[in-house]
Amino acid sequence: MDLFEYQGKQYFARFGIPISKGGVADTVDQAVAQAEESGYPVVVKAQVKVGGRGKAGGVKLANDADEVRTHAGNILGLDIKGHVVKRLWVEHASDIEREYYASFTLDRSAKKHLGMLSAEGGVEIEEVAVTNPDAIALIHIDPVDGLSLDTARSWVDRAGLDEPARAQTAELLVKLYTCYTEGDCDLAEINPLILTPDGRVHALDAKVTLDDNAAYRHPEWDEFAGSDVEDERETRAKERGLNYIGLDGSVGIIANGAGLAMSTLDVVNQCGGSAANFLDIGGGANADVMAAALEVINSDPAVRSILVNIFGGITRVDEVANGVLEALERVHISSPIVLRLDGTNAIAGREILADHLSDRLVAEPTMLDAARRAVALAGGQS
Amino acid sequence: MSIFVDENTKVVVQGISPTSQGLYHGLRNRAYGTHVVAGTNPKRGGEEIEGIPIFATVAEAVEATGANASFISVPPKFAADAIIEAAAAGVPFVVCITEGIPAQDEALAYNRLVREFAGTRLLGPNCPGIISPGRCNIGITSGDIALPGGPVGIVSRSGTLTYQALHELSQQGVGQTTCVGIGGDPVPGTSFIDCLGAFEADPDTRAIMMIGEIGGSAEEEAAEFIATSVAKPVVSYVAGVTAPPGRKMGHAGAIISGSKGTAQAKMDALAAAGVTVALNPTEAGEAMVDIVRKLG
Repeated sequence: MDLFEYQGKQYFARFGIPISKGGVADTVDQAVAQAEESGYPVVVKAQVKVGGRGKAGGVKLANDADEVRTHAGNILGLDIKGHVVKRLWVEHASDIEREYYASFTLDRSAKKHLGMLSAEGGVEIEEVAVTNPDAIALIHIDPVDGLSLDTARSWVDRAGLDEPARAQTAELLVKLYTCYTEGDCDLAEINPLILTPDGRVHALDAKVTLDDNAAYRHPEWDEFAGSDVEDERETRAKERGLNYIGLDGSVGIIANGAGLAMSTLDVVNQCGGSAANFLDIGGGANADVMAAALEVINSDPAVRSILVNIFGGITRVDEVANGVLEALERVHISSPIVLRLDGTNAIAGREILADHLSDRLVAEPTMLDAARRAVALAGGQS
Repeated sequence: MSIFVDENTKVVVQGISPTSQGLYHGLRNRAYGTHVVAGTNPKRGGEEIEGIPIFATVAEAVEATGANASFISVPPKFAADAIIEAAAAGVPFVVCITEGIPAQDEALAYNRLVREFAGTRLLGPNCPGIISPGRCNIGITSGDIALPGGPVGIVSRSGTLTYQALHELSQQGVGQTTCVGIGGDPVPGTSFIDCLGAFEADPDTRAIMMIGEIGGSAEEEAAEFIATSVAKPVVSYVAGVTAPPGRKMGHAGAIISGSKGTAQAKMDALAAAGVTVALNPTEAGEAMVDIVRKLG
């Protein structure tokens, strides 16, 4: 789960990472109240989960209440790359002496945590990585050892941060590492991390991705949930506990297993069609799950045909077949359905379906055949 | 021959109770012919469930039965501890199918294994397990889609695509030595490279099928390894050509970050390493059948 900047900053604050004084605002009046509270000048920042806010006019400096009104009024409702601004973060504007970059994430190749620190912050770090890779000081951290203050100090020296920033930054990095590990982040990034003219170091932005698998031990994450789903189909799917990702095509996809679902998308594409979604129903292909999956796909007006691709492992194909039939009794599906059922108890499953097949419910023996048929039914080439 | 598990493998199922997933899968594996010699449950030591003797700890189970593999399907919050318990008891091969373990726990457990328990190989987590057809099946793979006798070794990051690969080969009468599902998590205990190396060394494996997916760089690393260290023919398929960037496609590890981890980059790397790259599982199966027939 990606957090908004304000959520990320509030998360940082829990771990003692210094941030600017500020708060959220959903209306112009709230923005003014928050500005008074934070102290002028303030920065009014659009809260969207997409980069390039500044260029899009989503970040503005305001010196008084009138300016806050103007900017807040302009930014609320602004469409930034398809993300409509519903919330602002208003914080006291900091004087900036220097801008740095700091982050922690998992290096999957090294199988260790990776810290990145640069004296050249405030710009796209991916760009720095290409144009001036030496400007980024990398550190691999074995999770068994963690990050000690001593190690953080030598890392900061190596990154060449300005002398007045070093001691504070080392301490901040240890806190950020704690936030990343104990706070179960996939990514904890500060860009820019700033040094002020009066010698203070703090986070001016926050990019945090939480590990959904760890949600069970973070009841405090509940307040972050449900705030970022932009696609109505995905909201519906999420409510039904389905692993769904909306796409732009016309063939609705239901498969069991992430790999098979991805592969189904690929095969539909190779057959000249395009998928309307990714949907992995996992091992629980019973009638409830199947009905929920069909409902969500059915609610997508772009869908012209539905491809159900099941390879039974633990999932028994006869149960899937019954699930499909039961689901069809409960939900009226407007598009034709193509079934490809294989694996455990596939013969029994096909027998169950045999009497129910029609031009609305078609069975095909292989994944490729089924994809071709679904694409043809969706109006693409076959 | 086979890799990692064979007819001498003796399995302890960790976290077994009359209603647990562990018992369900353990019994399925036993029905396949796998030697399931013990179960563990801290509250049921000394009992027997479905003829499986239960011990309070893995160490006791190993001591009493000589178990040399463990099978873990406990819920995510207990899985990392279960892995370490098996390693500490000296179990050389641990299969963990649990999905949804926090990445921090997984990274910590992996690095503890490397440093403290070098004698233990972990397979998974979030994987379908391993099957050496006709000899041993640990995990959730349906035994009847596998065909004993080789000559193909399969290694895969995905569960159902692994079944699909087995199915494509078995239907054509091409058997498998071992089929390993390494799982779709960010820090898998066993990598493509581990399996490729083991298949290369296994005299009965004459060709290798490798199923990858988007995210990370494991396929690119495997390609480098194949170029230098694998002489046997390799056929590969990588799922997720049409996956959108920035979205997790079901598996925690299946995500394209920026321009990294795309299926195309992986297929290009594999092709450059001399691998036969197929565009879908059926094509991969057909390519492998061709290769096997030519091997004679």
